[in-house]
Amino acid sequence: MKPVFNESAEKEFKDIISRYPNKRAAMLPTLHLAQREFGWLSREVMGYVGELLELPFSDVYDAASFYTMFKLKPTGKYHLQVCHTLSCALRGAGEICKHLHQKYGIESGETSADGKFSVLKVECLGACGTAPVVQINDDYHEDLTIDKLDAVLDKLD
Amino acid sequence: MYEKVLTKDINMPESRKLAYYEKVGGYRSWKKALKEMDPDAVIELVKASKLRGRGGAGFPTGVKWGFVPKSTDKPHYMLVNADESEPGTFKDRLLMAGMPHSTIEGAAIGSYAIRANTCYIYIRGEFVREARILEEAIAEAYAKGYLGKNIFGSGYDLDMYVHRGAGAYICGEETGLIESLEGKRGWPRTKPPFPAIEGVFRCPTIVNNVETLACVPYILERGAEWFAGIGPESGPGPKLYCLSGHVEKPGVYEDAMGLPLRKLIYEYGGGILNGKKLKAVIPGGSSVPVLTADEIDVDMDFDSLAKIGSMLGSAGCIVMDEDTDMVNTLLNIAHFYRHESCGQCTPCREGTTWAEKVLHKIKSGHGTMKDVDLLYEISGNIGTRTICPLGDAAAMPIESFVRKFRHEFEAYVTKEVEVA
Repeated sequence: MKPVFNESAEKEFKDIISRYPNKRAAMLPTLHLAQREFGWLSREVMGYVGELLELPFSDVYDAASFYTMFKLKPTGKYHLQVCHTLSCALRGAGEICKHLHQKYGIESGETSADGKFSVLKVECLGACGTAPVVQINDDYHEDLTIDKLDAVLDKLD
Repeated sequence: MYEKVLTKDINMPESRKLAYYEKVGGYRSWKKALKEMDPDAVIELVKASKLRGRGGAGFPTGVKWGFVPKSTDKPHYMLVNADESEPGTFKDRLLMAGMPHSTIEGAAIGSYAIRANTCYIYIRGEFVREARILEEAIAEAYAKGYLGKNIFGSGYDLDMYVHRGAGAYICGEETGLIESLEGKRGWPRTKPPFPAIEGVFRCPTIVNNVETLACVPYILERGAEWFAGIGPESGPGPKLYCLSGHVEKPGVYEDAMGLPLRKLIYEYGGGILNGKKLKAVIPGGSSVPVLTADEIDVDMDFDSLAKIGSMLGSAGCIVMDEDTDMVNTLLNIAHFYRHESCGQCTPCREGTTWAEKVLHKIKSGHGTMKDVDLLYEISGNIGTRTICPLGDAAAMPIESFVRKFRHEFEAYVTKEVEVA
């Protein structure tokens, strides 16, 4: 089925395009909105964004594939982004990655069989003073230990 | 005794609110600018304060503003660089989450100075919470008439929007940021033309870091002389230092520009984690040359760090203890720059890839002495040969790590280190 924004997303989209002198500049916010609405950016969704912005599919794909936050394949219900850049690495990011691998049996870039969790090693999240850090969907979880992370994860349903 | 300015009144979550910000003196400078100063007077004042950009390059802010042409028929744009992504740096996040109105007020004054009627705050996409906080604060500022049409009856209009990035370090480079804002991949542009002449939407544009702009309201309130009198003459003012890695108390610390690095690590940071000894420090974010434990008697300011061959950068200070494996550490850094290279320039795209591969080879025990030298060669072939400074950012750690900790690289080659 062709993806289409519902009424409230359509309203948000109208507000987004009113902020820029041309439609192309609305690319990133529209892709964020589309990803929030449809979960990830399939070819169909990118095609729809192209229609909305009056741009060819190639322009949308060109932008979407450049940025790590845009998901070109589905992820788990809870997407765990583990920062593994220097400050986090010095404070135990490696152990966190190992632990998540053991806990869910998945590598970076994979999703658990039940579709609940996906793990991705990411570059610096800009929260180095409270390393190590894991971003679960939109939320940062900082100053983590394996116990603290487990307490958060085991509460998710 | 230094008295805090930028973070003095941060007291989350109350300090996010407009009422709180007004109570501690907020938006008085904005009123003063609109009622008592013309845009050029604001530029002259900021020039006189000697404020230099806090994003990494340290360019004088007032001078940058002065590059915007006075008479054009094009709209002008102010872009706030909140794409804080340099490893080891997390100060702007604190400012935006703790006192978003100081950034908004500084951005408004900057917009007025360069005669821009539109301002975008380009914030890194992962900072979802901070983007929301900024949006709420902007809505409060509109409701109170600090933004919008005919502000305080001055005839000046200003619209301000939050624009979220989507995960790309390169968009912190100002022309990469501009391309990204236009809806494209964040590929830096060749200069000239400089953004002040032709930036976003081919219009005159200024890009300023969050901390830089947050200084501006205080300069208007207390005067250029006050600002210029804090710390070293060549680059004065209040400064946020980010401390992370192997220290007891990591965090953001505010002091005058020129804070002794030793004091930052041992007084503010409470010393090395678990009572260990210091091995190395990266003083300005992962792209700047590393310092050994013998080199930390230096002041954290633009000139002092440059004098000993490193840089203040974004003041993201990463501390490494005596047990840190420097080969592993450089591999971590090299991986970052390989991942974040935008792929546009061959020396950077290929060089960062090769550097990571050679480091992998050394670390896995298959390296030769020639490979250690090869790292030097690669670094020399990336630096200064690219459109944007990411090439230099990737090259500087490689060169400095190999030069200062060569024995550790050689120990992998001669198998003195047990390979995992």
